[in-house]
Amino acid sequence: MALKTDAVGKSWPSTTYQVGREKIKEYATVLGIDNPVHFDVDAARAAGFRDVVAPPMFAVVYAMPSLAPAMFDPEVAINFAKLVHGGQTFEWDEPACSGDEITTTAKLISVDEKLGNGFYVFETTSVNGAGAEVVRGTWTNIVRGV
Amino acid sequence: MADLKAGDAVPELRVTPDKYLTTRYAGASGDFNPIHVDADFAQSVGLPSNILHGLYSMGLVAKAAAQGLAGGDPRALKKLTVQFRGMGLPEQEIVVTGAVKEVDGDRVTVDLEAAQGDNRIIRNGQAELEL
Repeated sequence: MALKTDAVGKSWPSTTYQVGREKIKEYATVLGIDNPVHFDVDAARAAGFRDVVAPPMFAVVYAMPSLAPAMFDPEVAINFAKLVHGGQTFEWDEPACSGDEITTTAKLISVDEKLGNGFYVFETTSVNGAGAEVVRGTWTNIVRGV
Repeated sequence: MADLKAGDAVPELRVTPDKYLTTRYAGASGDFNPIHVDADFAQSVGLPSNILHGLYSMGLVAKAAAQGLAGGDPRALKKLTVQFRGMGLPEQEIVVTGAVKEVDGDRVTVDLEAAQGDNRIIRNGQAELEL
């Protein structure tokens, strides 16, 4: 079956996430990351950050909401029953700190069929309130047996 | 870190996620997909039980790289790419291993993977760090 590729190149409305100290603490605790810069504002400032700083992979917390409308878009037509997360890339620039408002935009980069599976690649670009890029994510979703 | 060279091992990270880890990670990350938090639901769609979030396992890989090579400095990790393959399960030890692939000035490229026994849950991981 041919995959729908009409939506390749499409972007969806941005989502904005306000980073907070308690959420950073919660994320770092679950991952067992104990560097005080994630918990204590004085330690973070002493290390040169504006405020408590997020671990890099906290990117999933502020970037993922932007993907929901993209993944559920009928023009993309993903079959969720057969969906697996196949691969992920993040490229980090400015650190994300408590108080930052981070705006993320999702875009569908490609839809390809390989060996009977559908590969849907989305890109998210996250920018802070000062306009600096915080992280770029590449999300590869595989729909098995298309 | 000027003394790092290709072939050096990344200090191994071992973590055993407890039965409720996926629930806590769902809360922390916002990903409440029932395949991760509801064993009955997961089995109803053909999985062995509820499974770990791939991005949790990727978080451990990021932690292993930053902690093992950069003293946990959150600025060090510039890029991380992984493939999710075998499904990760709660209550089984995860071992993250890696080795330095290339050193170019202060930029270090590292190969990484995560496994539960013979089940390699993260493959072809590659991190770039600025040290």
